Amino acid sequence: MAVVLPCVRGAIIPQSFQSQTLSQPLSSLSATRRGLPKEKMSENGVLSRAKVLTIDTMNPTVKKVEYAVRGPIVLRAVELERELSEGMKKPFSEVIKANIGDAHAMGQQPITFFRQVLALCSYPELLNDSTFPEDAKSRARRILQSCGGNSMGSYTASQGIDSVRQDVARYIERRDGGVPCDPDDIYLTTGASDGIVTMLKLLVCGEGATRTGVMISIPQYPLYSAALAELGAVQINYYLNEEKCWSMDISELQRALDEARRHCNPRALCVINPGNPTGQVQSRQCIEDVIRFAANERLLLMADEVYQDNVYAEGCQFHSFKKVLFEMGPEYSDTVELVSFHSTSKCYMGECGFRGGYMEIINMDDEVKAQLTKLVSVRLCPPVPGQALMDLVVNPPQPGEPSHDNFIKERTATLSALAEKAKLTEQVLNTIQGISCNPVQGAMYSFPRITIPEKAIQEAMDKGQEPDMFYCMKMLEETGICLVPGSGFGQTDGTYHFRMTILPPTDKLTILLNKVKEFHQKFTQQYS
Amino acid sequence: REREGARDITNMSQQAANGVPCRGKVLTLDNMNPNVRRVEYAVRGAIVQRAGQIEKELKEGVKKPFTEVIKANIGDAHAMGQKPISFLRQVLALCSYPELLEDNKFPEDAKHRARRILEACGGHSIGAYSASQGIECVRQDVARYIEKRDGGIPSNPDNIYLSTGASDAIVTMLKLLVCGEGRDRTGVMISIPQYPLYSAALADLGAVQISYYLDEDKCWSLDVAELKRAVDAARQHCNPRVLCIINPGNPTGQVQSRQCIEDVIRFAKEEHLFLMADEVYQDNVYAEGCKFHSFKKVLFEMGPAYSSTVEMASFHSTSKCYMGECGFRGGYMEVINMDPEVKAQLTKLVSVRLCPPVPGQALLDLVVNPPQPDEPSYNTFMKERTAVLAALAEKARLTEQIFNEVPGVTCNPVQGAMYTFPRIALPQKAIDKAKEEGQVPDMFYCMRLLEEEGICLVPGSGFGQREGTFHFRMTILPPTEKLKIVLQKISDFHVRFTQEFS
Repeated sequence: MAVVLPCVRGAIIPQSFQSQTLSQPLSSLSATRRGLPKEKMSENGVLSRAKVLTIDTMNPTVKKVEYAVRGPIVLRAVELERELSEGMKKPFSEVIKANIGDAHAMGQQPITFFRQVLALCSYPELLNDSTFPEDAKSRARRILQSCGGNSMGSYTASQGIDSVRQDVARYIERRDGGVPCDPDDIYLTTGASDGIVTMLKLLVCGEGATRTGVMISIPQYPLYSAALAELGAVQINYYLNEEKCWSMDISELQRALDEARRHCNPRALCVINPGNPTGQVQSRQCIEDVIRFAANERLLLMADEVYQDNVYAEGCQFHSFKKVLFEMGPEYSDTVELVSFHSTSKCYMGECGFRGGYMEIINMDDEVKAQLTKLVSVRLCPPVPGQALMDLVVNPPQPGEPSHDNFIKERTATLSALAEKAKLTEQVLNTIQGISCNPVQGAMYSFPRITIPEKAIQEAMDKGQEPDMFYCMKMLEETGICLVPGSGFGQTDGTYHFRMTILPPTDKLTILLNKVKEFHQKFTQQYS
Repeated sequence: REREGARDITNMSQQAANGVPCRGKVLTLDNMNPNVRRVEYAVRGAIVQRAGQIEKELKEGVKKPFTEVIKANIGDAHAMGQKPISFLRQVLALCSYPELLEDNKFPEDAKHRARRILEACGGHSIGAYSASQGIECVRQDVARYIEKRDGGIPSNPDNIYLSTGASDAIVTMLKLLVCGEGRDRTGVMISIPQYPLYSAALADLGAVQISYYLDEDKCWSLDVAELKRAVDAARQHCNPRVLCIINPGNPTGQVQSRQCIEDVIRFAKEEHLFLMADEVYQDNVYAEGCKFHSFKKVLFEMGPAYSSTVEMASFHSTSKCYMGECGFRGGYMEVINMDPEVKAQLTKLVSVRLCPPVPGQALLDLVVNPPQPDEPSYNTFMKERTAVLAALAEKARLTEQIFNEVPGVTCNPVQGAMYTFPRIALPQKAIDKAKEEGQVPDMFYCMRLLEEEGICLVPGSGFGQREGTFHFRMTILPPTEKLKIVLQKISDFHVRFTQEFS
């Protein structure tokens, strides 16, 4: 058969070439671009074809996608872990993955109440078990009753379970001091990422100078740049002000927008508050300014508020974009199109693996909303355990319920430990010569600026690496600490940073910070 | 377009200058992503939305000629009353709340699985992110499952990507494949009738859909001559690069013969097409003489000329078969002969979404590594599994039999999967009436059925069908007694409908 086939192929290829030659100008006749069989000789002299799908013939927008949080440095970290487990000698005994906000992986314990309800929902026979508290059982019953066939194994409505969306709406109303929220405006999602990508997809249109542009902060969470690359949208960078604790400045927004208008059609403004990777918490005034800017410039606002419970700094408070919008009066609250995102992965829950989340859409055109509902229906529904978890997050045990005290105790312990670690991180990093670190006001990361000696920059460039990638790789190889270089998030030219989570347990974090310190000193000496 | 853009820009600077917010929305139907607008997904389309409304009306006490809406539009086993497999749920409860590992109510094998899964999770919690490709030990179990299923043909865990249901993986693969513009634009061959995820994903990606027709007269079988016709016609206007197959078929329920699969593979090789084999119904084979053959197994049995060249991805899920665990969104794909550079790109692409839901990954692990004969849960597991599959086989037969007794309805045997896709004869008057109302005739039919009997089906037009023929898709999932009632009601309705429009 192997002998016969090349002939069969040989008979086919010229035919398809012919049919093209007839109806196509010669200039466009590139076999490779057409994905047509490219023939090459293999060692036994038999003609063999190139693959259907190669790096040259794959989706070019996918090629442009970059996601540093799980990029080459993390791949190397995994390799190192395997080498360690195979008994290879390293200057460290374990790899510490401080690259990602993965609380449970860092040892944070799940909230007992959440997991009790999830166990009950998974295996309802446990509802007869007297060891589970009554409030956990009643939540589980309520969730199961809103599932088809009383099973989490059923598909739900594509927008999410009705009763969960109602609970989300009530949660938002409570959070925002009574500003009304319509459950029909809530879409449950597969983590916040899914909601963000879906919204961006909905927005993107036009070609050339009319192509949709989307404003994102620099530094940014690379989900945004990755999604924009994949959608072929234009990324419009606005820079956060590192000198002013990574604050957002309207004149910088204006600069970025005006420049972008020359080559694309800016239509959306993304804001992450509290900030990732930068940890700043926006003031109420700043949010108001941003909303006014969006209204004036006719931009749809996307507010990534997944760290809304993670606010640590004295005098800082989380203000939701929605609340501020409605406090600015109907001129704004009736017109500005806003989408806000939340998730089960961050805050005190840290339940990343469940991929739970929601978005609330405000002032969205009804026809567009129908299109959004249609679009999400293709993926059937978000994972139901994640929806159940989302329900518990927005509707936790109430005072008077048996699980309340324990829930509050666990929640407070996590959040106060995070606050302590935020302070500790800032403190220790700022003792290191050549590192300066803004206060970690919120979220889960520090994004310190590092001074890299000229010689190191040179060596990095010789290797074709970004200098901060070179720095982080070296740190990984020498200490086992896995960080993400600032270049993965974007930074002002000529400055270097890394992102590190503050999630490791306090004692471990102390060790880690000291290792970073030692490494930085050694590195600086070595290249001086 | 450029002129429009210029106008836009002038508009905006004017607004910025006088500071007055604009009244029109930023995002409207006219300036949203045009690809998204083209997406259609009938399985959850207009008729299902109407079913939801009717349910609400019933709850509010509105009088209807029925007391409940039966949603036979979607393969949602648990919603239809199928009970979860105990072992799967025990392990999930243990993973969710590991304190239960101390509880002696749970069988040892369930605890053992839970411990193994937890050990593979960061911080021993299913709340941690997993590797983007999926938990390593789950991928290893998947690979072993595939090897066992395919009689020992090796499977490399590195070629396994866990996914958020099979849909996620199918869309990801299509996304990877699409490129070119105009006549160079990637074309993807899909069967008609098809599962509308495919047409929806292609619309979303702006790829060219190439339809090949299944042969209804030969039990919805796939004919290579028809594939050839479709690909040749398509080469005039696009660049065909992918061939998608659903086996067992959705919505058509056919199970492909080994010979047919071989022919398809040979065709894919000759025409230089990437094969996508949607095999989520691989345990759902009911008809005498039918057997599930995986594309991978057949590919490897055809020898290295094929097995070392034909690029393929195969998809599986926790949502169908005997499990029916749709809500967990578990699934995997196996990629074969994929270019290593492209594979690296795939790994990068899936990393952006961080990871598939971990409970779904855990569930998938149990599906590919169920209780073994010497383990305490084995007997119960086998009993539950066999009961589900035997009931499905009976319902498949029952459905075919009853529908074929109705004049004007012809129904192929439901050899596998979970649906029947009978052909219905619609009177000309009904067709005219539908057109008057601006509806596709089978949508008109299904809407009427929904309003009169409370039964929610999906019109054949949502899956595609030969011009002038009409069908509907109905799941065979309702419990046998209920299914009999549903079938009777549809039969009565059809007779009534035919009379009304005669």
